[in-house]
Amino acid sequence: MAEAAITNPFRPALDAVAARDASSLSVGQRLALKYFLVAMVLFVAQMLFGLLAGLQFLYPEFLYGVLDFNVNRMVHINAMIVWMLYGFIGSVYWLVEDEAGVELVGAKLANINFWILTSAVAVVVVVYLVVQVGPGNQMSIWLINEGREYIEAPRWADIGIVVCMGVFFYTVAGTFMKGRWSGISGTLVLDLIALAGLYLAGMFYTTNLSVDQFWWWWVVHLWVEATWEVLVGCIMAWGLMKTLGARREIVTTWLYIEVAMMFGAGILGLGHHYFWIGTPEYWLGIGGFFSALEPIPLVAMVVHAVYDAGRHSFQSRNHPALAWLIAHAFGNFLGAGVWGFIHTLPQINLYTHGTQWTTSHGHLAFFGAYATIVIAFIYIALQRWRGEVWMSGDLPDRGWKWKWSLILLNVGMLGMTIALLIAGYEQSFIERAIGGSTWAAYFEGQTQPWFVQGMQWRMVFGVLMTAGLVLLLWDFLTIGRGETRPAKEVHAPGPHVG
Amino acid sequence: MSDGVWWASQDFWRKCAIFVTAGMFLVLILLTFHSMAAITAGQDRVPAYSVINHRIDYVFDEERNMKVPVIGEEAPLFGEMLSEEEAKALVDLGKLTVQAKNCMNCHTLLGNGAYYAPDLTKAWLDPGWGNEQARELLMTMFLKDPKTNARTYGTNRRMPDLGVTDEEVRGIIAFLKWMSAVDTNGFPQGFEPLPQGGS
Repeated sequence: MAEAAITNPFRPALDAVAARDASSLSVGQRLALKYFLVAMVLFVAQMLFGLLAGLQFLYPEFLYGVLDFNVNRMVHINAMIVWMLYGFIGSVYWLVEDEAGVELVGAKLANINFWILTSAVAVVVVVYLVVQVGPGNQMSIWLINEGREYIEAPRWADIGIVVCMGVFFYTVAGTFMKGRWSGISGTLVLDLIALAGLYLAGMFYTTNLSVDQFWWWWVVHLWVEATWEVLVGCIMAWGLMKTLGARREIVTTWLYIEVAMMFGAGILGLGHHYFWIGTPEYWLGIGGFFSALEPIPLVAMVVHAVYDAGRHSFQSRNHPALAWLIAHAFGNFLGAGVWGFIHTLPQINLYTHGTQWTTSHGHLAFFGAYATIVIAFIYIALQRWRGEVWMSGDLPDRGWKWKWSLILLNVGMLGMTIALLIAGYEQSFIERAIGGSTWAAYFEGQTQPWFVQGMQWRMVFGVLMTAGLVLLLWDFLTIGRGETRPAKEVHAPGPHVG
Repeated sequence: MSDGVWWASQDFWRKCAIFVTAGMFLVLILLTFHSMAAITAGQDRVPAYSVINHRIDYVFDEERNMKVPVIGEEAPLFGEMLSEEEAKALVDLGKLTVQAKNCMNCHTLLGNGAYYAPDLTKAWLDPGWGNEQARELLMTMFLKDPKTNARTYGTNRRMPDLGVTDEEVRGIIAFLKWMSAVDTNGFPQGFEPLPQGGS
């Protein structure tokens, strides 16, 4: 991707500094850039199909029978899951050689792996859009769509994903084994084993819906509320060292604290998905209690990030990255922590489960916890790619692009979250508390003015976010180009030995 | 984070992380074994597939302070008594169809899915079908031709034509009937079923 960008006809003024440093990127870093590129393409797809699905709430005849809501929504959430995974994989490939102190093991294989995985993703999306649904038999499950939210990918793709994850794991773990281990890399590798292993729990078919959803939540919850959180914890730890020069001892200790608290609360917090699916009543107590503890590690992460930033007087070598790391800390705490907590107790959840409350929480949590940190990491990568250039304060044009994209994306997401939450309040009140949860009550809730207004405001803020994304991508293409000042020196710790 | 204080040391927290994770995972495994036994079809909380041969009532349980499904007298689906195997095959066809048609990205099942269309947990018992006698026919007509037979209650949201076959329609209805008999701890809140059996 580096070469393609250099010969970009729209960028003839690309200076020699960038050219020199692009060629000096390591193998893993060049691979990481490819993953980031696909991640951003999928981010655009996520936004586009989110806009279509949002519009259908307001204009149900829009694309009816052509691209129905279920197709748009499936592409919207799948593009999200996959772009975030691509962002994580890219981030890990970016840091692995630096952290291990040796060149990437199995680089050629890793490169082939990228192309296979990306081709598979493309085929899955095309089938989603063109074939959409199939007859009620196993062939549909294997070839078209599994029909299970978030893990809709057909079974052939599931197997492909596991194989590709295996190759990814082999190259990363192999690199650490050849080089050196650290607290961060040890945690990362163990977490990747759990992450890949959990995916297997979603790869079977059963007639019994309760059993189906029991294991489906093993994948969905234990990914996004446990193993993904630890993965971004590792990335965050490395990111804080690079942007702020935070001490390794401190970030590693924090990482262990976060892992203890995250898994301590999150593993049994799984129980908050087992309130209403047929599972025994003890899950009401276990799920309620442990999921109520889930925000604690997220508070710790905020304390950690702000403490470290303050400790270094916000003297970062990469302002956009640091801003997004802080957005991550707060977004994770608010979206996953606060927005999760407000409806996690069964007494409340009985009224809110399966309403726009969940949508509100889902949007802010995925954005706050994961989109933010991938964006932060891309800024870290771009700085190096453009030649270790200056990215602290006093950027050309005062860095308006990164600042405005940060504002638009975050304000857009917060606005959507609030609009959806108001719609959710209204829904749980009209449909559940008053209406008695019948179909008539459902539609009664959906037609109330406050619900409809919530959907309209969601759309407005969604458009705002889209503008933010356009600006972000523009900034990615331009930031640091033509910059001649070297990156600001921060007190980065030396390589960890032993 | 001075190494001098044991509770702030890296070593202490590394051990904590390992033991807490292992301990919690172990508890989860044990609970999973118990829950799996409890939600196997035919146990207390999740009905056998042949439940579709019976009327499903939904009544208030004083002791648990919530409504629970109660399996009533014989009321075979489409007037045909099925063996356990036949019932399972029909419910299975329904479940496969529900997955293959991607129902979950508009509807919720047991409250999980998308929020563009109503929850299906108690669809079989929904008062919107009017009465017990008309229910099967209305459900069949709707699933066969949702464009024409949609009742959108003023939202204009219509289910698309998903091209389901007659047998798939029967399967979907069997699956919905079976699902309505799953004990969901009172979810969805306050649900009042349509009158059945002269009630």
